[in-house]
Amino acid sequence: MYNFNYHRAGSLAEAESALAAAEDGALMAGGQTLLPTLKQRLASPSDVIDIGAIPELANIESAGGAVTVGAGTRHADVAGSAAVASAIPALAALAELIGDPQVRNMGTIGGSIANADPAADYPAAIVGLGATVNTNRRAIAGDDFFQGLFETALDEGEIITSMAFPVPEAAGYAKFPQPASRFAMVGVMVSRGAGGVRVAVTGAGPSVFRVGDMEAALAGNFSAGALDGISVSADGLNADIHGSAEYRAHLVGVMAKRAVQAAGG
Amino acid sequence: MTAETGIGAAVKRKEDGRFLTGRGRYTDDINQPGQVHAFFLRSPHAHATINSIDVNAAKSAAGVRAVYTGTDVTAEDVGTLICGWNVVGKNGEGHLAPPHPVIASGKARYVGDPVAVVVADTLAQAKDAAELIDVDYGVLPASADLATTLDAGAAQIHDEVPGNMSYDWDLGDKAAVDAAFAGAAHVTKLEIVNNRLAPNAIEPRAAVGAHDPGTDQHTLYLASQNPHVTRLVLSAFHGLAPEHKLRVVAPDVGGGFGSKIFIYNEDVFLTWASAKVGRPIKWTAERSESFMTDAHGRDHVTTAELALDGDGNFLAMRVDTIANMGAYLSTFSTAVPTYLYGTLLAGQYKTPVIHVNVRAAFTNTVPVDAYRGAGRPEATFVVERLVEQAARETGVDPAELRRRNFIQPDEFPYQTPVALQYDSGNYEATMDKALGLADYAGFAARKAEAAGRGKRRGIGFSNYIEACGLAPSQVVGSLGAGVGQWESAQVRFNPTGNVLVFTGSHSHGQGHETTFAQIVSDKLGIPLENVEVVHGDTASVPFGMGTYGSRSLAVGGSAIVKACDKIVEKGRKIAAHIMEASVEDIEYDGGTFAVAGTDKSITTAEIAFAAYVPHNYPLDELEPGLDENAFYDPANFTYPAGCQICEVEIDPDTGVVEIAKFTAVDDFGNVVNPMIVEGQVHGGITQGIGQALHEGVVYDGSGQLITGSFMDYQMPRAGDLPSYDVDTTVTPCPHNPLGVKGCGEAGAIAAPAAVMNAVTDALGIDNMQMPATAEKVWRAANAG
Ligand SMILES: Cc1cc2nc3c(=O)[nH]c(=O)nc-3n(C[C@H](O)[C@H](O)[C@H](O)COP(=O)(O)OP(=O)(O)OC[C@H]3O[C@@H](n4cnc5c(N)ncnc54)[C@H](O)[C@@H]3O)c2cc1C
Repeated sequence: MYNFNYHRAGSLAEAESALAAAEDGALMAGGQTLLPTLKQRLASPSDVIDIGAIPELANIESAGGAVTVGAGTRHADVAGSAAVASAIPALAALAELIGDPQVRNMGTIGGSIANADPAADYPAAIVGLGATVNTNRRAIAGDDFFQGLFETALDEGEIITSMAFPVPEAAGYAKFPQPASRFAMVGVMVSRGAGGVRVAVTGAGPSVFRVGDMEAALAGNFSAGALDGISVSADGLNADIHGSAEYRAHLVGVMAKRAVQAAGG
Repeated sequence: MTAETGIGAAVKRKEDGRFLTGRGRYTDDINQPGQVHAFFLRSPHAHATINSIDVNAAKSAAGVRAVYTGTDVTAEDVGTLICGWNVVGKNGEGHLAPPHPVIASGKARYVGDPVAVVVADTLAQAKDAAELIDVDYGVLPASADLATTLDAGAAQIHDEVPGNMSYDWDLGDKAAVDAAFAGAAHVTKLEIVNNRLAPNAIEPRAAVGAHDPGTDQHTLYLASQNPHVTRLVLSAFHGLAPEHKLRVVAPDVGGGFGSKIFIYNEDVFLTWASAKVGRPIKWTAERSESFMTDAHGRDHVTTAELALDGDGNFLAMRVDTIANMGAYLSTFSTAVPTYLYGTLLAGQYKTPVIHVNVRAAFTNTVPVDAYRGAGRPEATFVVERLVEQAARETGVDPAELRRRNFIQPDEFPYQTPVALQYDSGNYEATMDKALGLADYAGFAARKAEAAGRGKRRGIGFSNYIEACGLAPSQVVGSLGAGVGQWESAQVRFNPTGNVLVFTGSHSHGQGHETTFAQIVSDKLGIPLENVEVVHGDTASVPFGMGTYGSRSLAVGGSAIVKACDKIVEKGRKIAAHIMEASVEDIEYDGGTFAVAGTDKSITTAEIAFAAYVPHNYPLDELEPGLDENAFYDPANFTYPAGCQICEVEIDPDTGVVEIAKFTAVDDFGNVVNPMIVEGQVHGGITQGIGQALHEGVVYDGSGQLITGSFMDYQMPRAGDLPSYDVDTTVTPCPHNPLGVKGCGEAGAIAAPAAVMNAVTDALGIDNMQMPATAEKVWRAANAG
């Protein structure tokens, strides 16, 4: 780790001004991604602005057909939230599958999606549930938020404040963990709601993606059987020592069916 | 008094209180006044010439005390790292052991090979300065693949070793084996890759070197399994200090699994540099350094064949193995694929002739050496995969085929065709107990039920044998070992009746502080809490060869028994004097010396007091004090054996293998603490399952370590495992005073074959290489 200046922001406004004033500032929420990066000397920000204790970022609200989760909400709090469990149990179930208890007690939903790891779980929820990402400057449609490997629509200095998840009629998440890291090798969120059917896949490609063929099939018949015969091309999917692109493509089909089953279809 | 805590009692571990409450004291917890820190700059290339190193900027960086490269730390200064076991090959010559510099010079030969060291006041300063070091590498093609490293055209790693081969060794009667194969009714043949493993002790390697210029004493605190051996090597081979001026302390050590037996670059460097720099120097490996630089385990490529007659009797076995040594020969590396592997290929069977050929090969990877089981897991895997496959090919039940070929209880001592003489065992009884526990008879029904759920269920056996209790010194000496393998113990009463036990065995998870105290409590009749076991410090323990090869109880425990016997012997004389009887009339039992036929008696505690306050004492015949020393050199290896049965269930949609049921019945001879034994078995099985299903070090073609962290190297987790059904049978070891055989490695030795036999059974295929990853299994489940 290189030396840096540390700031603990008490409010969003404080975080914004500390970030603006820093030569090369980095926000830290749960630190579960940032700190390992710093410890390996892979990044050297001049200033670290800790937003992990800002009360206004850590709320969960269920109102008006949507569940709004503050960016600073820890994975464990999403997993354990009664509001989330009753409105979107698939979201609570997803949070419960992230990492281990230590990671879930520290890591935040905002940090996860800002980092846009191709194998992170939450991107499947943002896209698969049709969420909106709110920042200190604007609202970004979930579909537009992830722009590639570790790439998001966030501008310089932009801070995620919350995510609004429309409450679906049904949703399910199925994850095939990468065996060592337990990140998603393939994770599929399936939902059916006012906006139609969504099938979003994380882990398999460089960034979360939707599977149109599956969505169309499920729109007519929301059951696992409806996915029979629908396959995803291996072209462009990730490949590493844990699984080839072909295997990942196959798992998308298996996990999609299991997600539909988890959604009660 | 001692029945609840004596030999055979499941006493809770004395050491766990401090471990579980964070009060253990590990090497990294040790800080010396004035201590500074070392950071090792390591080669990012698997194979590269070091054309030049510019350390000027680093030397003048903040806080830096010294920067060393391979030209500053020469063989004249510190020697080169040794391999302590010379294997003589088929050509009658010793193995080729190219120089292993403490700091690479001229060439780097694996990713992680140290090329420079910065010593600075803080670790951060050392790291900052290391970034200023400019190394001009000439990257060379690497030879990182074991299967091809002996081929013509492979990159040459050492000038001294043309063709990358350290030795070509064989054992057994080749002509007799070939003849038996020629006349065989059936031959089973398998190509086997024994995967490469990273040891991953919870506590990374760590060291603190210190030198006292006043006394010229060097001290090395080290996460080590054998501090005395480290001292011997640092003194005799590296010339860092004479043994009496060098103290090595291995305090609490958080696991070793073999990886902390060896003498590493850092151990030598810190001992040397702390005197040069005039400051204590600390180094603690980061986890990524552990993956890169701890000696790895296993890594064989093998062709194995078993010949059978028409009745399923084994006629002969033929094994051809290439064993990976990595880039240099580590401390015990050469013995592992020879004396700890080839000699175990008889397994539990009467195979009359066996021939094994082993070529030890260099690659541009970190050195490979002993890892829990060391050679014996590789041998067991070969034997038990072959036997299971032969059973399938000949249509004989795998338990039945084994039964037909077992060495029988009345055939001991049994001379195998591969050098060892087994001392005792009852393999059939052990297997029968396992068959019952595993409900083998009910397997067909469970398989059918699983099929109804779309799952494929398979079952597999592994009937292992191991040679433990290393080792008769003269036997290993004749085989090229550079050290003896006895163990020492000292049992010292204090005047107040409590006891210090000094043992040369080192405990780093094995529970010696409890087991050894139980032995002393039992033998001397004193409460367990009055026994303190001291280990790990060359300044307090007389001598020791350390802990590996499941030797601690069989050899170290036996030394303790001998010392206790001497105490009792002396106690008799003291008792006779005090009670005015003749020594012949003194009867000793459980801590009480009694005069036969009378009600007169005296306890060991009273004897101890009399020995230290010798007012009423036979000073004309006996020295005061009650403090006895013993060395024990075993007469033979011990031969634990057992039967493991694994049942798996495979999800053909994903290829995920679930361990549905795991049974282990082991014959460890007598058991001192069944709870600790059970824990050792559980841990070993878990490592074995890890090897079979999860673990595997991957280097790419250029020698880059792909599995460099826990993000890619998969350790088995509790959630991956069922609760195991474990039990024991007992045939006492006939040649040590405790009748014990050793239990530390059994699980890791046997489990891989049991799991892979079950996986291949479930899939209905002949072979699959470890680890059986989900993708491999999915492909096999959906092939054809
Ligand atoms: C052992 C381990 C296992 C894990 N397993 C999983 C897993 O199974 N699935 C999974 O999805 N993840 C997993 N993770 C990642 C974990 O979920 C992280 O918590 C998450 O990726 C980052 O969240 P954080 O709050 O810790 O962010 P930090 O590490 O604090 O920050 C990450 C990045 O996001 C930026 N950032 C943080 N908050 C904001 C904000 N509000 N607005 C804008 N930018 C922001 C930071 O500047 C930084 O660049 C694992 C991590 C570890 C260490």
